[in-house]
Order: sequence, then structure tokens, then C-alpha cells
Amino acid sequence: MTPGRIAAAVVLAVLLLQPLIPLGPYRQYVLHVTLQIFIWSFIGGAWSLMGRFGLVSLGHGAFLGIGAYATVLLWNFYGVTPWLGAVVGMVAASLAAVVVGLPCFRFRVVGHYFGLVTLAVGEVVRLLIIAERDWTDGSLGLTLRSAGGDSLWAIQFGNKQVFYYGSLVVFLIGLWIWHRVDHSMTRSALEAIGEDETAAASVGIRVTRFKLGITVLSAALTALGGSLYAQAIAYVNPETLSGIGVSLKIVFAVVLGGMYSLLGPLVGTALTTALAEGLRILFGLKLLGMADTIYGLLLIVFIIFLPEGIYGSIRAALQRRAARAAPGASVSAKVPA
Amino acid sequence: MTAGYGQFTALWDVSLRVDSGEAVAVVGPNGAGKTTLLRVISGLIAPRAGALTFDGATLTGLPAHQVVAHGIAHVPEGRRLFPMLTVADNLKMGAFLPGARARFTESLERVYTLFPVLAERRAQRAGSMSGGEQQMLAIGRALMSRPKIILLDEPSMGLAPVMVFRLFDLIRRVREEGYTILVVEQNVRQVLKLVDRAYLLEVGRIRMEGRAAELSEQDFVRKAYMGV
Amino acid sequence: MSIDPIFLVEAAVNGVLLGGVIALLALGLNLIFGVLDIVWIAYVDLVMLCMYAIYFLVTVHGWPIWGAAIVSLAVGAVLGVGVHLLIISPILTSPPINQLLATGGLLFFVQSAATLFWSTDHRSVRLSLPSWEIGGIFIPATRLIPFAISILAVIALYLFLTRTYIGTAIRAVSQDREAMSLMGASPQRIYVVTSAVGGLMAGLAGALLIFQYAVHPFFGGQFGPLTFMVCVLGGLGNMVGAFVASFIMSEVIAVGGVVMSTEMGYVIAFVIFIVMMFVRPGGILAKRQ
Repeated sequence: MTPGRIAAAVVLAVLLLQPLIPLGPYRQYVLHVTLQIFIWSFIGGAWSLMGRFGLVSLGHGAFLGIGAYATVLLWNFYGVTPWLGAVVGMVAASLAAVVVGLPCFRFRVVGHYFGLVTLAVGEVVRLLIIAERDWTDGSLGLTLRSAGGDSLWAIQFGNKQVFYYGSLVVFLIGLWIWHRVDHSMTRSALEAIGEDETAAASVGIRVTRFKLGITVLSAALTALGGSLYAQAIAYVNPETLSGIGVSLKIVFAVVLGGMYSLLGPLVGTALTTALAEGLRILFGLKLLGMADTIYGLLLIVFIIFLPEGIYGSIRAALQRRAARAAPGASVSAKVPA
Repeated sequence: MTAGYGQFTALWDVSLRVDSGEAVAVVGPNGAGKTTLLRVISGLIAPRAGALTFDGATLTGLPAHQVVAHGIAHVPEGRRLFPMLTVADNLKMGAFLPGARARFTESLERVYTLFPVLAERRAQRAGSMSGGEQQMLAIGRALMSRPKIILLDEPSMGLAPVMVFRLFDLIRRVREEGYTILVVEQNVRQVLKLVDRAYLLEVGRIRMEGRAAELSEQDFVRKAYMGV
Repeated sequence: MSIDPIFLVEAAVNGVLLGGVIALLALGLNLIFGVLDIVWIAYVDLVMLCMYAIYFLVTVHGWPIWGAAIVSLAVGAVLGVGVHLLIISPILTSPPINQLLATGGLLFFVQSAATLFWSTDHRSVRLSLPSWEIGGIFIPATRLIPFAISILAVIALYLFLTRTYIGTAIRAVSQDREAMSLMGASPQRIYVVTSAVGGLMAGLAGALLIFQYAVHPFFGGQFGPLTFMVCVLGGLGNMVGAFVASFIMSEVIAVGGVVMSTEMGYVIAFVIFIVMMFVRPGGILAKRQ
């Protein structure tokens, strides 16, 4: 058992047992905050599957919104179980990803161009949700229709504990997927593509196929996160779940933590959530916008000075130290593509 | 100078000198580092080691736009004209430096006299001209900055043999106007007829140097580079 | 669904009038992208700041309109240079993702700071200007005058870029940055000038918009995405394309807004944009590689 493994086991134990610590009236609140950290970390991880390879999407709110609203609408109007609704959401998001991704990748729309296109998609979804107000209640948002008590079929539970464990499981699955991608041919192919697309194509790498693949995966997982969020919070709103605002928040959290590392999104999300909650406690609703102002400022500062994020930079620094101590050892530093 | 790209070193301890009024050539095979050499001199690449002195001033490590201000004009490989700007506008850009802008009309006259075809096509988009015309424009643009020395990178590249003759003729005339010239060329035969001295650069090192006439007598130079 | 054709014509006219100001935004953004290869995601938010400046000067301090407008131009230019020096300059050589995130962070920061300082209230500057009736359609001066000014501004920009020395230099840098440095031009200087001009245009756009639309911290969300779509539709970096695309998009939004709903007008415009990505990813007048 390496020190790393022991630490991981301890952390996991804490996470699993945390809900059992008696905190009185604060119990539900802590669960509420921590389960959101896991959901948003999962979503952030999904985004980073694209971001780490240079595919910067500024419109992941689109997939998030699709997932969330698909689940809620199908349940509210047709009584379709969210288990199925989430799948529908994932499929719809994947389709959207293909519709947008295919022309972009086939015609080498990259970098800033790609960012702008994804931004448009995010906004389209947001405006569609608002425009279809007969169904969606527009900007007012939609509340999940109550199933009248705890129900596994409807994924509705009074005690947030269930959602906490659910989110933790989904988050861990997300880690596993990230890990699998990290150790796959896909990763090498995408890194080659990120470095020099023409060269990659010339050695037979199916550029469009790989890019599309990772985009669909990212979109589907994000939609799943959206569905999970909708069930856990039981309320959806176009502003919080689609559009550029949430898209940037996702990106910000991931960049803060470090987009090239497995736990980067978790670190970043935890920090931003802590910041937001802390500010809310400190200022109440008096200083509306203070949290986001600080986010924005930090994002700029981090991009300029710490592009690998907090977690990523610390890891890189530690790896450099290890390399200096043992010059023969191989260092696998993740260098931004 | 020692210089290169990233981890790769293209030039190892390369030294050369050019005296005022001289015409000097650097010849050698593809990949020898000739273009790198000129890019180091004009400031587009910073050298890893070594120094660059020009007319008494030390220019090592200065960025390109400051090197130009000291009187070194670089006509880059592939011409690098502004394709959507007209001939006239390209020449205007050549005179960006304040000193050059003050004597703009005079310089323009000179260039149009040297290269009458540019005067004819002054309103034409640079990108739509033939290779030879583009090369003339590139040289003319360099002249607009009123330089003390002109660096020419592979001027004959991509030109038909007839044009190459004409081009070297024109370079000779530019030289006769009093400009100092450092030219990098693959067309060894033509360029050795033009210059006073030459350096042979192979795989990033100076292999040989001497008067042009001597170099063209060398057996292996004739065999390897002049197709004799 | 029967709509009196007169409303369609009116919408079409309004589309054209709006297109003028959108063109200003799109051209400013394109100018900066053409030279720096960086998209200022936060561009329209800078416009928003200029609008607030005018709002406060006119309604709180009683400044005359034209005075406030001039200040807006100055504020825009200063913001442009400031953004370039503080944010863009340090990341000029960073990968595109960092550049997008930096200006995205700026957007976040500006919108949130505006919420913090000025709350989410919508603020407008009311002017009592006449409305003219031509053939049954009403054309308010508050729309016509900004349109006229924006067209003049576009012409002025064209002249600046083609007839002045620094304007030609800006065009040259956008075509070949390295070659321009061999002309003795410091790239940094040209970037600063370009950013100032781009900022100036943002200031002008702000002055033209504040009299038609209310300003609020999320104004950028209203016009930003539209501006980006116009730019990409016209071909990023392509000035003529952006000009044409501005009017196309404005028309679709105006007419769509009347035929269906305001949001659907936008949705249709955006969908057209996405479809165009399939058909002509380089933009409708694909010129720039």
C-alpha cells in the first residue's frame, strides 16, 4: 500500500461516512453543498475531456440544459421515469454534439472559431428554453413535479443523503472514465491532433472521428450531470443551466483546479463552491455579484500566471522536484498541448 | 553565433564579417542553416551564444524592429510581401521607420527607377504578381528603409532561369548604387559571379570561406554545388 | 397566422437600422481579431461599460448628450488599451484556450462587477425625439440617427484603414506580422493602436445603443453572442463579410421577432448561423484562411 493509496482510501472513507456525522440542523445543508460539489465536479470533468485536448467549448451549458430539461419535461408532462429521461437527454445531447461538431471538425474550425460556435449553441439552447415558455415556463424555470414521497422510480427523495451517495457514485464513475481516456490510444491521438492536425492526419489518425468521439462523450456525460442536478435540486432554470454564464462557471472551476489532472475539476469546484458559500454567509444577499466578480478576476489572474491551475501547478512542481532528486526517473509532466 | 529552434541547434559557432560596400554570399546545401543565419542577424531569432555588432553598435538580442532601425534590411525567404496590399502600399510599409518616412519620395523615386515594372504596377495587389516581380518588390521594399546593408534570403527561389539572370543583374545594379549586400543562395554558380567573398555553410558550420573567384575554383565546390 | 404586411416592412426596416450598429460591433471585433488573432469575448461588455458612463453623465450629472458621447469614445479607447496591456499582452503567445478563457474571465468579471456596483436594474436614457412616418411605417429618430452615424463610422473606418499610414500598417500586420516587424514596426505599438481603435468603436456603439436600449449588467448577453455569430458568419477577420452578415442577421431577428417571438427570432438567426457552418465554415465570403 503506497502512501497515495492509503490517502485515497482514507479520503474515500471520510466521504462515505461524512453523512453520518451528526450536525443537527446543518446536516441537510452540508449534504446539499457537498452533493453539488460532486455533481459539478463530474460536469467539470466531462468538460475537461475536451478542454485538455484544446477543444475549448464555451457552450457546455447547451448539453447541461438539454439533459436537465429532457428529464424534467418528460417526467412532468409524460410521467417518464428520469432513469429513461436521462438516457434521452444523453442521446439528445450527443446528437447536438454531432450536429455542431461534425461541420466544425471536418472543416478545421478550431481555437477561437470553435469557441464562438459553441458559445452560439449554448445560447441557442437557452433561448429555445425561454422561447418555448408554454412548456418550460421560460425564465421562471420549472419545478420537478412531486411524486408524492420517496420514489426510486421518479428518483425523488426527501433526504438528501441518497442524492449525496448517488452523486458520489456518479462522480467516481466520471473519474474512472477520465482515467480510462487518459490511458487510452484516444489520448495519444488527440494530443497528436492538438499539436499538429495535419501531421496527425498524414500518419493515418482519423482526426474528425477522434474529435467527434470525445465531444460526444463529453456532451453525453454533461447531460447526465444536468439530469442528476435536476433530480437532486428539483428545480431547473434556463439561466442556471444553459447559456454562457454557467458554461463559463464550469470552465472556470476546471481551470482553477487544473484541467490536465484527474482531480483538478474536483479541487476547482470545491474551491469555487467554498468561495461562493463563504461569501454568501459573509455578505448575505447584500453584495450580489461579489462572488462572480472575484471568480472572474481570479480566472484572469490564473490564466495569466498559473495556466495549469492550482492543483495542476502543485503537481507539476512536485514532479519537477522528484525529477531533480532522481535524474534517471522518467517524468510524465502534462504539458498543455 | 550559436542559434537554433527550441531544442534543436541550427548554427554552431558561426562567425562571419561583412565590410562596408562588400557583397558577400553564404552558400550551402538545403538545411545547412543559411536562413537561420539571416534570421538571427535581423533579430527574428535570438542567438543562444555569440554577439552581433554592426557599425559600432552591439545588436545582439535586439528585436527585429530595432535591428532594422540600425540599418539592416532583411528580404526574407519567400519574399513575405503583404499579399492584399498594392505595390505602392507595400513600398510605403517599407518606409515605416521615421528616418525613412522623411525621405519617402526620394526613396520611392529611386526604387521606381531601379525597377520600372514596379512603377507600372503600383496599384496592383502584390499577391497577384509573378515571382520575379514579387522579388523585385521585396527588394524595393527593403530599399525603402534606406538601409546600410541588405540581407537577401534565397532571392532566386522559385524563379524561372531567365528571371534568375535578370534578378542577379538587378542585384548587381543595387550593389552598384552603393549598398552592402549579404546574400544567401542555393544557386552557387550565379551568386559567386556577383559577390566579392563567400562562405560555405554546411550542417550549421562554416566549412570554407574566401574570395568568390577562389571558391569557384575549388574542385569539390564545382562538383557538389555547380554541377560540373 | 396573418400579419399585416405593413408590420413586416416595418420590421424589415428596423432590421436594417439595427444592422448598422451591429456592424460597428462586428467590425470592431474583427479589427482586433484580424491583427491580434484573439477574440475579445468580453467586447460587448466593454460597450456596456461605456453605456453606463453615458447614462450616469447624462441622467445624474446632467451632461449634454454629445459631451457624454465623446466621453464614451474616450472611455472605450482607454478600456481597449487597458485590456490589451493588462490581459492580452501577457498571453499573446499562449495557446488559444488560455486566450479564450482570459477574455471569458474578463466577461465574467465585468458583468459581475457591474451587478455589484449598479445592481441588475435596467437603466435607460430617455430622449424625446420625433418619429417619422413614411408610407405607413414609423421610423423613430432614435433608430435612424444611430444608423446614419454608424454608416458614417464604417466609412470613416474604411478610409482610416486604406488611406492613412497607420491604417495600412494595421492591415499589413494582419496579413503578415513577422514581415511587418522587418519593416521596423514594433508589433506592440500596432497592437496598442488597434486595441484603441477597437475600443473607440465600442465606445461609439455604446453611444448609439444607449438611446435605443436600456443598459444592465447582462447587456453583453443580449448583443454579444449576436456579434460573435455575425463575425463568424462573415468570416472571422473579414471586414466586408462582417458588414454584410450584420444586416442579414439583423433582418432575420427583426422579421422573425415580428412573425414569431423575439426569442425565436434570435433562435432562427442562430440556427441559420449553425447551418452556415456546414455550408461555408469560412464565412459567407470565405476569403481569409
